[in-house]
Amino acid sequence: MTTSKPRVAFFVTCLGDQFFPEVGECAVRVLRRMGAEVLFNPAQTCCGQPAFNTGYRDEAREVAARMLDLFDDADYVVTPSGSCSTMVRVFYPELFAHDPARLEKAQQLRGRFYEFSEFLVKVLKVEDVGASFPHRVTYHDSCHLLRELGIAEEPRRLIRAVRGIELVEMQDFRLCCGFGGTFSVKFPEVSVAMGEDKVRAAVEAGAEYLVANDSGCLMHLAGVIHRRGLPVKTMHLAQLLAQTEEAADPRLAAPAIEASRP
Amino acid sequence: MTETGIQSAHIHERTEEIFKKPQLQEAYRSSTLRLYTHRLQAIGEVPGFEALRDRARALKREVIEHLDEYLAQFADNVERSGGKVHWAETGDDVCRIVREIAQQAGVKEFVKSKTMVGEEVELNHALEAAGIRGVETDLGELIIQLAGDRPAHIVAPAIHKTRQDVSDLFVEHLHAERTTEPERLTAIARRALREAFARAEMGVSGANFAVAETGTIVLVENEGNIRLCTTSPRVHVALVGIEKLIPRFEDLAVFLRLLGRSGTGQKLTVYTSLLTGPRRAGEDGPDEMHVVLVDNGRTAALADEKMREALYCIRCGACLNACPVYRKIGGHAYGWVYSGPIGALITPQFNGIGVARELPFASSLCGACREVCPVRINIPDLLLHLRAEAQNQASPAPSGGSPRGERVSMRLWAWAMKRPRIYSLGGRLARWGQKFYARQGWIRKLPLFPMSRWTEGRDFPALAPQTFRERWKKLT
Repeated sequence: MTTSKPRVAFFVTCLGDQFFPEVGECAVRVLRRMGAEVLFNPAQTCCGQPAFNTGYRDEAREVAARMLDLFDDADYVVTPSGSCSTMVRVFYPELFAHDPARLEKAQQLRGRFYEFSEFLVKVLKVEDVGASFPHRVTYHDSCHLLRELGIAEEPRRLIRAVRGIELVEMQDFRLCCGFGGTFSVKFPEVSVAMGEDKVRAAVEAGAEYLVANDSGCLMHLAGVIHRRGLPVKTMHLAQLLAQTEEAADPRLAAPAIEASRP
Repeated sequence: MTETGIQSAHIHERTEEIFKKPQLQEAYRSSTLRLYTHRLQAIGEVPGFEALRDRARALKREVIEHLDEYLAQFADNVERSGGKVHWAETGDDVCRIVREIAQQAGVKEFVKSKTMVGEEVELNHALEAAGIRGVETDLGELIIQLAGDRPAHIVAPAIHKTRQDVSDLFVEHLHAERTTEPERLTAIARRALREAFARAEMGVSGANFAVAETGTIVLVENEGNIRLCTTSPRVHVALVGIEKLIPRFEDLAVFLRLLGRSGTGQKLTVYTSLLTGPRRAGEDGPDEMHVVLVDNGRTAALADEKMREALYCIRCGACLNACPVYRKIGGHAYGWVYSGPIGALITPQFNGIGVARELPFASSLCGACREVCPVRINIPDLLLHLRAEAQNQASPAPSGGSPRGERVSMRLWAWAMKRPRIYSLGGRLARWGQKFYARQGWIRKLPLFPMSRWTEGRDFPALAPQTFRERWKKLT
């Protein structure tokens, strides 16, 4: 056991910063509760993924290059997003393949860059984070987390350790929800139809909450739910794990999207 | 008249069209799901299946990295066993070669087994123009030939046709009695095909594998029509994409265990034919065996060190069955003979990104395709590369919008993201602007393309009143 607190730089992601600050707050609360010292560098913006996934590699590289220098003072970088983790860990080395100096920095960053649930289970070695949530939930594997990083068990272990919770699996739980970054606006009808399938599966599983680790998937699914008025709510895993029996902050007791809405 | 050429530019219109046909979407959904489930069951029975995939990938890699040597070895061995080798650079070359073979042998009608290369080069059209008629003998291919369609799936070309559709086609074209019973429909096709087999003097096939070591063509099937096509007529012509090679005969053991299971969930297909040269004295089989080695864009794919991985594909169709996008838009939306994730890859690779620049974007990059690919092609990664290639072209931005709109907005975005203060200012401006659109935290209609497309089918969350960075101060 280490005696000093691990120093964790928090990467909130651009989507998290602008749309879902409560997700970031919850992640920070849980990390602190588990004994981490959390730092936040306000110079951070985006990891560059939107440009990269749309084929604008030069633009992505410019934005990504900034990220390489932002977290030097921390032992770890943690982000509540599987897809931003994938961008840094899988695609940065590819993006900087022809730039030896940056490639080295990218490799160095990659080695201490973790997705939130992965960090809790693999680095802090905790599963029970002291959360309580007496509801029936289902977990959606976002694709980057599942297939690029191979993280499927960690979030489930964390969920199962929550007091009072019931975790049910959806039909085809490994199937993509249809968000896909800019795919969501390039092929909107396909994206929405895939989202409807996912939400239907959650409803059919009898879940009150559809939990995932990526705000992109969640905002897409919540958008489908809200448009159709469907009987299920979305929630980020960080929000779920922040719920405790004595949760004083009413914002934290509310589900993802609604929480921040006045 | 069957569609010809590459129609990939129409993927958006075709996507819209299929959304008006829920029955067609349901046909794709249920059929792909069935094949997907069968695959899962079949691979569960094989100990070491993952190691088998690694082995297959290593073998394909070996072949593709040394394709020139393996091709020369294969061609030598075909000739040594009495076959004739033809080299075809383009689709037109393939058609010309087959036409000349047919004309020299005095062939007026030929039987054809399922060959994706044949579809790719539009062989039936070309030969028909020369007065030589081809009859498709694979049941699925026969159905789409009668319908004037293109294959909607790599291994199940008529996946989009219902029993009723097939019945209508058989009544109209084969003058058959009306029935929707699968057994009776099969019997009708069988009757018509037997006559064609009896008449035909040439059989055209593809190849699933071509063994360099022995010059053997390997074909797998369930109906028996391939065996008839390749052995009963006087002349057999095999169309072989140059990427179909495998090094040694023993390597077949690896690929045959993978192909059936990945494609249809079968341990082995019903028939596996191994053909080495024409018939020998005292044996049955064709007098002439021709092997046409087809490039048709493959060397263009080979030229790119990274992208050549797509040539490992053994055309099992597993990626189509696993793909949630293919399940929604179907095969014809992709606009060429190859569809699904592998079609989105090789259509631009073989034909140039210019004619198929939309295809790499028709993916949520979920990676389900890579998960099932027997040779582990990293399809999402290759699609990302093609997206970059598409954007580097000086023609209109893929997927709509003004030609330069997307590029300009991406440049602007990158400029802002490099400057935290501009980024924050942008957020504040958007917060001010959204007052006119947001109601109770949600936006029902976004004004600007492409975001206006988001709200066509779902709502968009309003920006939070305060950003995380603003709230961070209170958190500490």
